[in-house]
Amino acid sequence: MGKWTRRAFITTGLVAGGGVVVGISMRPGNQVKELAGKVGDEGGQLIHSYVKIDSENVITAIIPHSEMGQGVQTSLGQMLAEELDADWDRLRMEEAPAIGEYSTYSAGRGYLLAGIDFPEILIPTVDGAMMRVADSLNMQITGGSMSIRTTGAMAMRIAGAATREMLQQAAAKSWGVPVNEIVTEDSHLFHAATSRREPYASFASTIAEMTPSQTPSFKDPSEYKIVGTHKPRRDIPAKVDGSLKFALDVRLPGMLFASVVRSPVSGGSIVNVNDSAARAIEGVVDVIVIPESSVDSLLGATISGEAVAVVADSYWTANRALQELSVQWSETGFESVSSDDIFAQFDRDISSRRDRQTDRLEGEADSVFSTAAKVIDADYHVPYLAHTCMEPLNATADVRNGRAEVWVGCQNPLGFRRDVANVLGLDEENVILHNHAMGGGFGRKSRPDYAIQAAQLAQAMGRPVQLIWSREEDVRQDFYRPAVQSRFRAAFDADNKLVAWENTYTNKNEPIEAPLIPYAVPAQDIGFVSSPTHVPFGAWRSVDHSQHGFFTESFIDEAANAAGKDSFEFRADLLNDSPRHLVVLTKAAEEAEWSKPLPAGRGRGISLQESFGSIVAQVVEVSIINGEVFVNRVVAAIDPGLAVAPDGIAAQVESGIIYGLSAALHGEITIENGAVAQSNFDDYQTLRMNEAPVIETHVINSGHDIGGAGEPGTPGIAPALANAVFDATGIRVRQLPLKNFDLDFQVKETGVAG
Amino acid sequence: MSTSFWVNGIRQTVDVDPSKPLLWVLREELALTGTKFGCGIAQCGACTVQVNGQAVRSCVTPISSIEGSQVATIEGLGSDSGDLHPLQQAWIQHQVPQCGYCQSGQLMSASALLDSNPSPTDAEIDAAMQGNICRCGMYGRIRKAIKSVDVAASSEDKLFYNVAGVDHG
Repeated sequence: MGKWTRRAFITTGLVAGGGVVVGISMRPGNQVKELAGKVGDEGGQLIHSYVKIDSENVITAIIPHSEMGQGVQTSLGQMLAEELDADWDRLRMEEAPAIGEYSTYSAGRGYLLAGIDFPEILIPTVDGAMMRVADSLNMQITGGSMSIRTTGAMAMRIAGAATREMLQQAAAKSWGVPVNEIVTEDSHLFHAATSRREPYASFASTIAEMTPSQTPSFKDPSEYKIVGTHKPRRDIPAKVDGSLKFALDVRLPGMLFASVVRSPVSGGSIVNVNDSAARAIEGVVDVIVIPESSVDSLLGATISGEAVAVVADSYWTANRALQELSVQWSETGFESVSSDDIFAQFDRDISSRRDRQTDRLEGEADSVFSTAAKVIDADYHVPYLAHTCMEPLNATADVRNGRAEVWVGCQNPLGFRRDVANVLGLDEENVILHNHAMGGGFGRKSRPDYAIQAAQLAQAMGRPVQLIWSREEDVRQDFYRPAVQSRFRAAFDADNKLVAWENTYTNKNEPIEAPLIPYAVPAQDIGFVSSPTHVPFGAWRSVDHSQHGFFTESFIDEAANAAGKDSFEFRADLLNDSPRHLVVLTKAAEEAEWSKPLPAGRGRGISLQESFGSIVAQVVEVSIINGEVFVNRVVAAIDPGLAVAPDGIAAQVESGIIYGLSAALHGEITIENGAVAQSNFDDYQTLRMNEAPVIETHVINSGHDIGGAGEPGTPGIAPALANAVFDATGIRVRQLPLKNFDLDFQVKETGVAG
Repeated sequence: MSTSFWVNGIRQTVDVDPSKPLLWVLREELALTGTKFGCGIAQCGACTVQVNGQAVRSCVTPISSIEGSQVATIEGLGSDSGDLHPLQQAWIQHQVPQCGYCQSGQLMSASALLDSNPSPTDAEIDAAMQGNICRCGMYGRIRKAIKSVDVAASSEDKLFYNVAGVDHG
């Protein structure tokens, strides 16, 4: 199909042992030869930044992304193996080391400069991101549902195709046959007329002398044998027998354990610590005050306030002793702030419209509202949310003699390495970061505070320290999904046609298109006001889509109801200019038997949200029994352009739905006296097996650009659920979580009780 | 104080504070790190092991309470000859784990369930497994994988996804 025309620099070279290196980099000066010693066992031949071929013809794909449950090694391996015609069963994957050559900046820049048509709304983000990226070469980020879209599409496929072409050319020359007669399959080259067959490894040294094409040809998707097929994830076997080593499982000689606490009100520092009771506990080695640190990155500043840690010969001892500390924290000025105050502030700031900025301004919204036949309005809000990854934040560090080693599971190994180096006052070259598979990430593990604390402790102790955050610390010291309020008005003409959409919300973050709607409404005024709080915030699975998906897809349902129309039909009528969206919405509705009547006490809701390059529609079915909501079934349709790993997409959609459903039903971080009131899974409830609905995922391969998978499942579940509750009860849910609603006696008495 | 017990059939004696939880004895004294720490208050199930065949939360089980007991951890779930337990095979077959962190606990809860009830209903599975949180949300796959081990159960095994090609013209 298409030719690769990215601005890349492709180099080759010979490595020790006579093997070959083919370097593919998006930036000049890539020293592929130097990489050879850093990416795994000796004897393997680094074909370029992403591929090694060894003398046994085993091919290794080197994956510059972190594993946090998404199966990224397998799916990126599939993209490389497909274009390379590699033998899947003899393909290995390994995670790239945290060194600059594997910065995802290269993939990111390739993506950004590739001349891809971005939606207009995205261009400021793209430009802004490019600027910031340029300032921050230390990106090795796994997030934003980006791995397949950038590294896969812009690096892995190219790497595979360019390497295959060189192998074909080398074989053609060696065998004296036309290159177009050379067939590649299962890591072998064939020539039918002369019955020749050689493994790729035979030509490794030959292609070392060649200059790879910068415009390799890609296969047509109809030729795919690996991409788009079900390949069991390579990381799973080690996850069923306890053998996978998470960062928490690191064991070093002489290692101590630590537990830590920061100010309950963000920003507080230590006035006084009484540690005599803690030190009296057998096994306690020391009590250390960790100074405040501040680092900056593309993701924003990470300020880690002053903290106290107990260091002991056991984590259990350290954490037990931590409870015996008496710490006086400084006043921050926020000690009286509550969630109610924060929402009251949001309400005031939205009403004042002070310094309101616009995301989208189309038509003459003001005049349409003033002459409309009907106007509806509503205010929505959602609370702060914690991430609560299953694996509590932890890191192990050894800092001695001007060098540091850090063992951690994180979403940005290069960035963490830089941040640790900066805080410790070391050169980056003197920090080695070992990244482990993460027990969940969801955005939290893009923030380096926990790794920095571990390094500071190890530096203070002069011996290895494993710092483990208690679950209480994890819940109370998060970078929370921001609380947001969003105010809407909709105008209808005399024919009940939706003619104007106005929306003002608090605090804009990323992605900037999150509040936009796909519907053809002639007048739109979508904007935001700034309303800062003292609560630290950060990326949470699907970022701003998680709030705005709930807001916009609930309010469009209100609009449908106000117009007296069916929720599906109303949306569909507004999607004439968005055929992909219409296909996805229709697929979900059909598979869920949208028009089939339900008995009283049951309801169905629908949603549609595009995010991270994929379009997702969901239909949720609920039962309301004694005022409690039971989610019976979720039908999801997703158009990711092309499903590289179909079961991987389905798994991500299931996962994204459960993550969002957990938040919609239970998730609520509240602020009391300036501090987070919740502490663990007992008061910050998460969805459990007995509440988990049956989820069906329908994947639509539309052939458009490949979209993301990790996040797009999350935004649509809350609105579909709320719309289903409305269908069942007539109660419009404008605040989450649902646990705060009393739905008793509110079941609509329509139809026959079921 | 010294406490003796069996872990995966091997006799162990540790000399630790009698109130130290089994979780931290396994992880810190016996280098069995397959059992995970998740919450410390028996709310998430990541630390689930079996004591005398019962699924327990090892994070709140004082070591003194298991004197003389048989402890089974994820490291001992497969057979002595190295074969995976049928549940582990089902976990791979159904591609259950995502991040994998909770799966040791999930598998130890599930195997305790099947040992006492080889053909659990969905409701029985939910009841036995609701103490094990999976933040990646793989509950549907866990349920299906558990049911698949029951040879008497229906062989209906629908795919988790359905792929359609769509022509947008």
